[in-house]
Amino acid sequence: MEFFLQQTVNGLTLGSVYALLALGYSMVYGILKLLNFAHGEVYMFGAFAGYGVLTVLGGSSAPLVPIWLMILLMFVAAVVVSSTIGVALERFAYRPLRNSTRIAPLISAVGASFFLQAAALLLFTANSRSYDAPNLIAIQTGIPIGPIRVWMVRVMVIVTSAVLMILLTLWVNRTRTGKAVRAVSFDREAAAMMGIDVDKVIVITFLIGSALAGVGGVMVGLVFGRVFHLMGFVAGLKAFTAAVVGGIGSIPGAMFGGLLIGFAEAYTTGYISSTFQNLIVFALLVVVLLVRPRGLFGREELVKV
Amino acid sequence: MTDSTPLLKLSDINTFYGQIHILQDISMEIRSGELVCLLGGNASGKSTTLKTILGIVSPRSGTIEFDGADVTDKSTSFRIGQGMAIVPENRRLFAPMTVLENLEMGAYLRDDDHSEDLEQVYELFPLLADRKSQLAGTLSGGEQQMVAMGRALMSRPKLLLMDEPSMGLAPILVEQSFEIIQQVHQAGVSVLVVEQNANMALSIADHGYVLATGRIVLADTAEVLTEHEGLKKAYLGR
Repeated sequence: MEFFLQQTVNGLTLGSVYALLALGYSMVYGILKLLNFAHGEVYMFGAFAGYGVLTVLGGSSAPLVPIWLMILLMFVAAVVVSSTIGVALERFAYRPLRNSTRIAPLISAVGASFFLQAAALLLFTANSRSYDAPNLIAIQTGIPIGPIRVWMVRVMVIVTSAVLMILLTLWVNRTRTGKAVRAVSFDREAAAMMGIDVDKVIVITFLIGSALAGVGGVMVGLVFGRVFHLMGFVAGLKAFTAAVVGGIGSIPGAMFGGLLIGFAEAYTTGYISSTFQNLIVFALLVVVLLVRPRGLFGREELVKV
Repeated sequence: MTDSTPLLKLSDINTFYGQIHILQDISMEIRSGELVCLLGGNASGKSTTLKTILGIVSPRSGTIEFDGADVTDKSTSFRIGQGMAIVPENRRLFAPMTVLENLEMGAYLRDDDHSEDLEQVYELFPLLADRKSQLAGTLSGGEQQMVAMGRALMSRPKLLLMDEPSMGLAPILVEQSFEIIQQVHQAGVSVLVVEQNANMALSIADHGYVLATGRIVLADTAEVLTEHEGLKKAYLGR
């Protein structure tokens, strides 16, 4: 029971981060029908932005500011850096190709991904860095749940992700701009006919998706410690899998898919072996695609009459 | 009701899709308070004309004036903000959104309170008040037409563009649509109806233009066009 609970908490933590990342994939796909392959790199830069703040402010062993402020600043820096990169990607890598063939922006996305990886290699070298979060917030702190104690950092990750996802859902369903995002996702031209500035809506979508990825980057740094220039690749692939499993283009789908992938990974690691972790995750993708190709929450393509 | 300066004026519009010359020297105008129809068969350039008016495609040459200002280089969003609204061909509702959300999208550019306009739309289409929380994609064709018209009216347009309102609707619904167009027109909104159904359109219009392969081949009052021999043969089936 204790072990099961532990793995569940692991799955929830990991799943929260995948969900935040998957949202970016899914929202961008929804609006542009584009797989933003550079999304993992946006997340990686967010993680490094957080690391930068941590280092500048004295590191985890001798922080110069209160710990809550430190963590807040790390998130803020990650959001700023990631959303800037996301918006720049849209502006320079995707927008010029918007009216070309569908494969062109896809290739551009792969190129942008390599470009950002190489840029990170030059900027940060190939060494992996450690947030060393246990020095910042002791591992003994936390909330007891039954026989286990959940580390405060994990609690924060799970709660923050949940709050962000609730806010995003409210935003997309209740606000004018949020509704415009949904309108543009469904029918870009009809949305333009309503006076919606489609370019602006696309930029906002990239901004939000990238900011969420940046937050996810810092979270991973805090929980798992290591940040390095290739960290975006596998995380991006998993989050993409989560988005597809949930039904790409669907916001609740991305959240659910993220959690599902997180749990699958945690339970595989716990009960089978971490060797099979990726195997199980991608097997899950194959099974979902076989049984329900549009994903768990994906809507059937409506035939427009 | 009509005054002398046109609300919408197209002058010598030429629009291309790639190398293909779609609209050739199109000039037309709609005066304030008028109901004008633009007739033409398939591929005559009707939809392209509408897209050019809205700024979804830009003309290679020519000017578009709306409400006294040159809007040729302005964005679609700007033009909608200035008072254009469209009921697109096939309605183009946001199917996964509710009826109410669809109507709200019509008022997207408005920062003021639009609850009054919502009431008016519900008055015009009482059915929509009952269906406001239903997803637009689940409505019948006739109901969708109401949403599309209501959505366009939510922006309080000066000029309402109607793209093939009779398309895909049962005859009784077509009649209903045209009655509503007339009602809207009588309330002071200028209307441009783009139609293949020439009989129906001419029966409510003041003026008409006839498009054929990208050119305006006829322009006259609705009475004259209704009696025009060539048009009768080509479009009216009489």
